[in-house]
Amino acid sequence: MIEILSTGAVNSVQDLGRTGYLDAGVGRSGMMDAPALEIANLLVGNDEGAAGIEVALFPFRLRFETDTVFAVAGADCPAKLDDRQVPDWWVMNAKAGEVLTLGLPRAGARAVIAFQGGIDVPLVLGSRSTDLKSVFGGFEGRGLHRGDRLALGGTSRRMSRMEGGYGADVSVLRAPAAAEDEAIVLRVLPSAEYAVFTGEARSKFHETDWLITNDANRMGYRLSGPELTLTRKLELLSHGIMPGTVQVPPNGQPIIQLAEANTCGGYPKIANVIEADLWKLAQSPVGARLRFELTDRDTAVAALRQQRTFMAALAADAALMRGWN
Amino acid sequence: MLDAAGPVFSDDIQSRIWAVAAWMLKVDGVAETVPGMNNLMIVFDPLAIPPGEVEQQLLHIWKTVVPDAVSGRDVDIPVVYGGPDGEDLAALADNAGLTVEEVVRRHSEAVYSVAAVGAMPGFVYLSGLDPQLAMPRRAVPRMKVKVGSVIIGGAQAGIMPCTAPSGWHIIGKTKVPLFDPLRDPPCACKPGDRIRFRVIEVQP
Repeated sequence: MIEILSTGAVNSVQDLGRTGYLDAGVGRSGMMDAPALEIANLLVGNDEGAAGIEVALFPFRLRFETDTVFAVAGADCPAKLDDRQVPDWWVMNAKAGEVLTLGLPRAGARAVIAFQGGIDVPLVLGSRSTDLKSVFGGFEGRGLHRGDRLALGGTSRRMSRMEGGYGADVSVLRAPAAAEDEAIVLRVLPSAEYAVFTGEARSKFHETDWLITNDANRMGYRLSGPELTLTRKLELLSHGIMPGTVQVPPNGQPIIQLAEANTCGGYPKIANVIEADLWKLAQSPVGARLRFELTDRDTAVAALRQQRTFMAALAADAALMRGWN
Repeated sequence: MLDAAGPVFSDDIQSRIWAVAAWMLKVDGVAETVPGMNNLMIVFDPLAIPPGEVEQQLLHIWKTVVPDAVSGRDVDIPVVYGGPDGEDLAALADNAGLTVEEVVRRHSEAVYSVAAVGAMPGFVYLSGLDPQLAMPRRAVPRMKVKVGSVIIGGAQAGIMPCTAPSGWHIIGKTKVPLFDPLRDPPCACKPGDRIRFRVIEVQP
């Protein structure tokens, strides 16, 4: 068991999300920084999809009620286990009674905590993710409150007991965070209505450093910048959309759909952020700037392959580490 | 994304969309199919099947598929029209130039087809609304429209599967649960199902 000592209401239990129910109107949900959860899970000896906690509001504190193996990943945030420093992307052993504290990130926006055995909440439609918008899944269908006690799943896997002896080097997957005045670059593929935007709108779309407004949550981010206009008025019938879809509503200001996106929408779409770059959005806070760089399918697929290859190698390493104990 | 939409929504195209969606699910590497209104989104793993191959398969199946003649089920939706839970019924009748009774008659005598399920969990896009009952959406959406509200937005009919914001007009209420995440499948209706609204009562 773990007990939540301080939190914000948007911090929630998430796994890799819900699949197979888009045609029932049920969105993905899941950890916004999915690769961070996969890595943290592999480090603590879980399957990559075990449920952890997404922390987007800080400070966050929890108490371990039993000895627990855990890892913190994602945002670069100052973390402490009682008085000990907790490095990111590193396996830690907590003793019963110890308190984990995550402070405001130095870079990035969302921290991920994985626990050996995973957070044990019921599977709803095949996933343990909280759907905050639709109020189901996760812990009672809602964000975490102070005083909540979460059970951890059992595990048959023995973990390394080497104190602070094991972590992941993620530098090949993640370049160091951009300096504060630098835009975060996202690779995009053109969407169905790309060609219906004026040439000027398309240039502006790629050249602008778009501001993430306060209207940014797990459903999506509203951006602010120059107005993007169409060459003609478009009335689209409702169609499927996905996390990463960049829509442009009539006010000309783009919206990026994210983990809790509706499954269908009707606004014209200018581009899609490639899957391998979605985690960068999870780590882009309100007030940060985004730049959209046009790429092609082959690059998008290669980037995804690199991510999967990294996970496979890490899974093999983790299995070796367990073997030594 | 396959976009087969013409200027207006077509039930024939939609039957073909459903059939293509079912076939595409059998293709290795395809994870999900999401029928929209006269369009279809395919979700696939590009490491399991190259994007170009998905495109080819999709176009091939689109050209060759034979839609099932009879597939969907009949779903009966009992409705209390008007009253406090159907507060826009009178305004909609005014807008249509019809009496309230005539609006209820036309709304409940039509047979609707579930074209797609989406946007929010369990929300059904229904085709088959009497064109005279169409009414542009509210300029300012209501922040909370109650679960079970029977609604009209533009030329479409719908039912609220959960309490959520909506700009559609509320003409009545049903107690039929449309979405329950603890049930599998979670939705009471599937694309291709036929819906009939049955009058329980018309309240002033």
